[in-house]
Amino acid sequence: MIASSSSQKSSIRNDKTSKVQRIQDGAFLVVSQLSALVVLIVLLGIIISLIINALPALKEFGIGFFFSADWDVNKQKFGGLISIYGTLVSSFIALIIATPLSFGIALFLTEICPIRLRRPLGIAVELLAAVPSIIYGMFGLFVFAPFFAEHIEPALSSTLGKLPYLGVLFSGAPNGIGMLCAGLILALMILPFIAAVMRDVFDIVPPVLKESAYGLGCTTWEVARHIILPYTKAGVVGGIMLGLGRALGETMAVTFVIGNAQRILPSLFAPGSSIASTLANQFGEAEPGLHFSSLFALGLALFVITVTILSLAKLMLKQMEKKQGTKS
Amino acid sequence: MNFNIKKTLSAVLLTAAATVTISASAAEMTGAGSSFIYPVLSKWSEAYKAKTGNNLNYQSIGSGGGIKQINAKTVDFGATDDPVKPEDLQAKGQIQFPAIVGGVVPVVNIEGVKPGELKLTPDVLAKIFQGAIVTWNDKRITALNPGLNIPANVINVVTRSDGSGTTAIFTNYLSKVSPAWKDAVGFGKTVNWPAASTVSGKGNEGVAANVTRVKNSIGYVEYAFAKKNNMTYTSLQNADGKYVLPDDKTFAAAASGTDWTKFPGMATFITNAPGANAWPITGATFIVMYKAPSDKAKTAEVMKFFDFGLKQGKQLATDLDYVPLPDETVNYIEKTVWSQVITK
Repeated sequence: MIASSSSQKSSIRNDKTSKVQRIQDGAFLVVSQLSALVVLIVLLGIIISLIINALPALKEFGIGFFFSADWDVNKQKFGGLISIYGTLVSSFIALIIATPLSFGIALFLTEICPIRLRRPLGIAVELLAAVPSIIYGMFGLFVFAPFFAEHIEPALSSTLGKLPYLGVLFSGAPNGIGMLCAGLILALMILPFIAAVMRDVFDIVPPVLKESAYGLGCTTWEVARHIILPYTKAGVVGGIMLGLGRALGETMAVTFVIGNAQRILPSLFAPGSSIASTLANQFGEAEPGLHFSSLFALGLALFVITVTILSLAKLMLKQMEKKQGTKS
Repeated sequence: MNFNIKKTLSAVLLTAAATVTISASAAEMTGAGSSFIYPVLSKWSEAYKAKTGNNLNYQSIGSGGGIKQINAKTVDFGATDDPVKPEDLQAKGQIQFPAIVGGVVPVVNIEGVKPGELKLTPDVLAKIFQGAIVTWNDKRITALNPGLNIPANVINVVTRSDGSGTTAIFTNYLSKVSPAWKDAVGFGKTVNWPAASTVSGKGNEGVAANVTRVKNSIGYVEYAFAKKNNMTYTSLQNADGKYVLPDDKTFAAAASGTDWTKFPGMATFITNAPGANAWPITGATFIVMYKAPSDKAKTAEVMKFFDFGLKQGKQLATDLDYVPLPDETVNYIEKTVWSQVITK
């Protein structure tokens, strides 16, 4: 296309200009290709360096590294299970809380909210995403955790804590910081991402579908449940996955509030560790050897988990777009 | 217009280049490591710069990081609270000397208990951090503190989450006083804290924040930190069986009971030092340098800086509640340790 348009113009201009333009065009092509290539090279470089550095630990502990709950620097025994468990559980808590909230926000913004309030409210939600994560961490440690310890955790343990089986999740000393607190802070952080994606996909539901439903006498909830959600299923799941991807890798805020204990306890009040918090805490002081290499192996685990989840999210969003293309 | 922009740009670039050359011409020493010594080093370097015009650029990144940087030769000296083993010094061609002494103190947050009121023995302290004593009104604690109103609450243990020299000093002490601790946990910059209630914070400030915030908690911080934040430190029984309170005098007593010159590479912890007045959890920060440095002039400057600090910076260190080294030790460092460094 570029070639044809430039040949058309060359008939009007003289040969010299067209030659210069052709060189410029070629150079531009090369430069833009290189820029795209840089991303790939960096990504590949990260994977390779992670693998190379993680190799000594993986050789020493084998695949069992990812299933062992030993993490003892002094005895040079390392296993990633504690951190992997902490990462997954804290992110899972975040999702459980953030998903319904985001759904409510998105539905309100697209269906119920008066038009002139839509923009300011939407921007307010998006601004949550602009707050630096260290601020969330400080807020969590100094404001949220004390409140949590004084009011919410005792309340939870005296109600939910009494349930059979589930009760153990809400037992133990209420000191504010721990898995549940980390999950709540994470929920706040991923909320704007999920809400923004949900709002965007809710917006693309063809009005004719919704209006027909309303015409049949459906309530707003029925429209949301039977028209909007089925239509945007893949997009909603994709948005949730994007949020999950962010929650998995979040470092500073989690390090502040998760408690950083290297153990797995059933209670959600108990402190734990996530992969990112373990790396943040121990990398600076890790001496070359197994400790250093094990931290890289943890990094590799986080990389694999995040990439898998983000790829799934992209795939779902893509399918969603395809569907959209055939329907409208 | 275009021409003007170019002119301005080149002028800016020239000025920038000139600034770079100026700052490079003044000798700037670089160091990295221990955050324990950082307050002292920044006071010393301020005074040293005022006197000589030479600047010290010190990165307070933690003891392990300091060792990494000096081994990679990216800095002129490294600082660590966990002394480098003599065989490692030998292998790398490095020297090591202590530069300052300070104390680590247990701090508690128990309603109604004031600084210095709670008495602990080494054994009880180890058992608390090991999770063997789990409530504050345990008989082993109340027996030491008759008359003190101690609640029946669960003890929340607060520790450092990042690798740290403060942890190394503290756990080295616990390993010396409790064989059970030594077997189960050991000592180092990062350890596996056994108590089930353990919550960890990043840095001295992280521990301080958690202890102030979580009720019925106990943690350990560097003394200057406890003092600055008005934290409730405890009284502790020392190696001579006497109860002592942490301050610069008891730290100094611990330091004077230790003869560094007897240890190869001066590598020793001064925890659990003998002496009726010695604070048991006292530690030193060590400076590590190369015997045959690649930049001889800079290393010579570093030694001049520490000569200034060790001799004329004593008051500055005392003001910050650190303890300067005794004169004999400084003499030994200059005559026996520094003489090994090739500066010409």
